[in-house]
Amino acid sequence: MNDLLRRYGKGLTWTFIGLTFFWLIILVVLPDFKLLESSFRPYLPVKEIGGPKDVYTFNNYLQIFGNQVDFNFFGLHFPLAARIKVFVLTIFYSGVVTLITFIMAYPLSFYLAKVVSPKSLPTLFLLLFVPLWVSEVLRSFAWYIILTLKGPLNVFLMTIGVISEEIRWIDGYSPVVVTLVYAYVLFMLFPLYNAMQSLDSNQIEAADDLGAPWWRIHWRVILPHCKPGIASGAVMVFMLSAGSLLVPAIINSTTGNWFTQTIQGIMLEGQDWNAGAAFAFMLLLFCTIAVSVAMRVFRVSLSDIAK
Amino acid sequence: MSAGIDLDNVCCDFGKFRAVDHVNVNIQPGEFFSFLGPSGCGKTTILRMISGFTEPTEGVIRIGGKDVRGQRPNQRPTALIFQNLALFPLMPIWENIAFGLEVRGVPKAKRRERAEELLALVDLHDSADKMVSQLSGGQKQRVAIARALAVEPAVMLLDEPLSALDLKLRQHMRAELRAIQKRTGVTFIYITHDQGEALAMSDRVGVMSQGRLQQVANPRDIYNNPVNGFVASFVGENNIFSGEVQNAADGMASFATPTGTFRARLPGAEGKLYVRPEHMVLQAKAAKENSVAVTLTEVAFEGNFVSVHGVTEGGKNMVAELRNDGSTPIPSAGAQMHMVFDARNAAILPDSATAGA
Repeated sequence: MNDLLRRYGKGLTWTFIGLTFFWLIILVVLPDFKLLESSFRPYLPVKEIGGPKDVYTFNNYLQIFGNQVDFNFFGLHFPLAARIKVFVLTIFYSGVVTLITFIMAYPLSFYLAKVVSPKSLPTLFLLLFVPLWVSEVLRSFAWYIILTLKGPLNVFLMTIGVISEEIRWIDGYSPVVVTLVYAYVLFMLFPLYNAMQSLDSNQIEAADDLGAPWWRIHWRVILPHCKPGIASGAVMVFMLSAGSLLVPAIINSTTGNWFTQTIQGIMLEGQDWNAGAAFAFMLLLFCTIAVSVAMRVFRVSLSDIAK
Repeated sequence: MSAGIDLDNVCCDFGKFRAVDHVNVNIQPGEFFSFLGPSGCGKTTILRMISGFTEPTEGVIRIGGKDVRGQRPNQRPTALIFQNLALFPLMPIWENIAFGLEVRGVPKAKRRERAEELLALVDLHDSADKMVSQLSGGQKQRVAIARALAVEPAVMLLDEPLSALDLKLRQHMRAELRAIQKRTGVTFIYITHDQGEALAMSDRVGVMSQGRLQQVANPRDIYNNPVNGFVASFVGENNIFSGEVQNAADGMASFATPTGTFRARLPGAEGKLYVRPEHMVLQAKAAKENSVAVTLTEVAFEGNFVSVHGVTEGGKNMVAELRNDGSTPIPSAGAQMHMVFDARNAAILPDSATAGA
């Protein structure tokens, strides 16, 4: 603090601290708090707001249990509330997205950090970055076009004779998963690359010299070293995926509803901000729980991730 | 078990740069052999070629008589100790040491037992469950040695492993390394730029410069009978005179320099005259031969010896090192004295091994 004052003077220091506070309190904390508060109030006509019916209640949260449907989870059938089903599938497929991005990013980051010559690194990073310059909306539409029934993918596969009939790719959750992986794979790649790069190459050589085959070097030396990077990448990809509205809104099929779409439906179509807020907080809560559990299971601490 | 190593005309190129140039040396099984040279002389490249991380461009490397070209590091009977040790920081000490055994599928209880044995061998009891970060520099050193010994290598390769330690510890570890080598009988190949280390520990030393092996000999011969000027001046100090050889006979010659004409040994090709400071005797009167009149400029008292710097009339700097026996008076700066040396302690040596030699 004294450092800041000495370096930038009083005026500038307080201006920036003030702006940061304004952003945090006015634009982030207060609106969220207002939503949290209203998630405990019933959805009432304007006239009755503040009236005798306007009392705190858990009804908005309990709405999630309504409307039982049959839930078919990989052959396992049981009855489940429709919204919980969407919720569970959203969490599950966000996990799938996270796993796939990890499987893709791990070998790539190893290649970038330890194999490729430093001279070609800037070019490779540029190639990785170029897709980010295109907006997420366009990239999602691009995938929509690729995967559509008469789209390039089906045409290509039929031309080379792999399939004889078009495949309905935009069905279930797979198109969302594919597009989310494409959208967020770099969020996994960069933390992983950073972690990989900080590993002393001598350790890899030492393990090699002691007779370890390549997979054991990865399992015992490289992977444990990269754990914090994997964790921070995984948290980012998982949270972004579970909270993504744009990608599922563009590319989703009718059979693959994302929970954010449920929330959007309640808030914008049903105009019920109270229930929508309740659902949004449930999503936040369960994502946080899922992340904490995963961190406990893989023995990573929050400070590891912050690194 | 230990194995000898033959380097047969080994060269290694990095692009256009020749890092190692026609090196020939036979290292005996159980020998403690050091490669000594300044940084960039190619000694680390030799080590990496023996361990298998770098392949020679030309020539053959044999370990225990077998050509090892094309073998991966994990297929060779060598264990490398890295300059920065490269211990695995996320494993406890015993897992570090037992890593090579884990790789070989040794069951856990056996691994643990072996790790404890090796820890005892390197004098580190009760550290099995500590983490690497809890150990001091010298202790990490021992763990690295134990980890390398665990795979029972025929040859241990050490890449300046003592360079990160402080002076006292370094001297202690020298003796320790030597003792471990004698106890295990493994061939040690040691890389260093520190002449003290190389001379104190090794059975034989190979002095390197610019990719070439200049001389291979036991430490005494390296110091007392260097074959050329590079070896003489890299290992120890010298007073060097440029001049011309006159009437050479029976391995002795006269050497005419601007400072005077001296008698000296002429073991091989002609070059410059080298006289070690400790072979200089300081006296008030000029001697019959090999005597240089100097004005003392600086007298540095170092404890066990006194370093005396002087300058000749012609402006040439000279240095003599006198043993401090506690009774001889120590001269003072400004005095006019004579530095005198015995012809047997002076040698005329060529500059350094020339290409194709």
